[in-house]
Amino acid sequence: MSMLVIVDYDAGNLRSVLRACEHEGIPACISADPQEIMDADRLIFPGVGSAESAVDTLHARGLDKAMRDFFATGKPMLGICLGSQIVLQKSEEGHRDCLGLVEGVVEKFDLADKALKVPHIGWNEVEIIRPHPLLSRVESGDEFYFVHSYFTRPANAEDVYGVTDYGDRFCSMLGHKNLFATQFHLEKSGKKGLSILAEFGVWDGCV
Amino acid sequence: MLSKRIIACLDVREGQLAKSVKFVDTRDIGDPIAKAKEYYEDGLDELVFYDITASSDKRDIMLDVVEAVAEQVYIPFSVGGGIRTVEDANRLLWAGAEKINVNSAAVLRPELISECAYAIGNQNVVLSMDIKQVEVSDTIPSGYEVVINGGRTPMGLDALAWALQGEALGAGELVVNSIDADGTKAGYEINLTRMIADAVSIPVIASGGAGKPEHLLAVLTEGKADAALVASMLHFGEYTVSGLKQWLHEHGVKVRLKYA
Repeated sequence: MSMLVIVDYDAGNLRSVLRACEHEGIPACISADPQEIMDADRLIFPGVGSAESAVDTLHARGLDKAMRDFFATGKPMLGICLGSQIVLQKSEEGHRDCLGLVEGVVEKFDLADKALKVPHIGWNEVEIIRPHPLLSRVESGDEFYFVHSYFTRPANAEDVYGVTDYGDRFCSMLGHKNLFATQFHLEKSGKKGLSILAEFGVWDGCV
Repeated sequence: MLSKRIIACLDVREGQLAKSVKFVDTRDIGDPIAKAKEYYEDGLDELVFYDITASSDKRDIMLDVVEAVAEQVYIPFSVGGGIRTVEDANRLLWAGAEKINVNSAAVLRPELISECAYAIGNQNVVLSMDIKQVEVSDTIPSGYEVVINGGRTPMGLDALAWALQGEALGAGELVVNSIDADGTKAGYEINLTRMIADAVSIPVIASGGAGKPEHLLAVLTEGKADAALVASMLHFGEYTVSGLKQWLHEHGVKVRLKYA
């Protein structure tokens, strides 16, 4: 049976992602075991918290290697929130080297408009920059739920799939080969968010 | 651009939805799980549950309510009431809540905020403040005092000072609840909300007094609130979530309109 594994690296409420999978009829389980992760058909790595502790935990559990190996197989991967940041090369948060699956860096919001609060918390619009199979039921202007102080800056423009305006435009959806990731919490973004998850459940990893 | 949030507040007592008027005489008005689902389907942005169960032996009912809601509602929701320790917070998060609300227990022991922030992240800790207007004094320079026990016990603590302290201790958001306005349906306490929103750099959720769409408009613009909490306006069917949002949109407030 096709199995989706949610990677457990002590970064947030994995059960809410698991529930959302169940709601969409996608069989899923939570695991921190590198072998189970390699054997999975598709991976989700959610996350709240700091990139620092996330990267350290991945490393301590040997999950960084497992995730790199998994990426190389071409099987579908989905990162959420902090999970979308750790796939880049480096994060300003704790100055950690991340997984390096996508070229680019993670930076902290440094907004000229001081009336804008950091963290960026709430519902904001996403503008689709290029189509992706996971976005078949999403339109530019749809809103999603964000909670974050850092954002991704992919080095290659073709890895940016969506942007959001918060003082400045930042990358809110990125993709590279068999990997897709959203800065927003798609599991907490109502039906539009769940539609991305549902499409991920049947995605073959090809763009 | 970030949208202003409409947050529905559900007071739950022993698993039933209750609505208080000025924090006394609560009456039961139905099933909180069904209401949560109904508002979610109608485009609600966020939910807050306050557990107002009096006896601690019945508190576990709330965990069942949280589990059931988490299975059906895919927007952020927070739970408050009776959280005194990190363990209490963790049990609610495990059951499916996104954030926890601390109130009286944090006033009595402010470290509760930093302990929770460390354990579950600042962004998941909401500090709720019950506030009453009083005469300006040396102890209460802002003229707004923090009260606890559902508004019955004044704490000799200035609301503005407490908001700033709460932020410094690691609260990720503030609920500013006016006890004077609560249940009156006469409008939010605009001055109080704006005073706190101007002073802190975390989101402020206005609470207490919503009776008409104009009240939401006022607090989200003049009052500088990031979100407005509503309860009886929705619970008794006078207004709908989508209707309120459409009205706010027509009056120039950025709200999330597409959700189906």
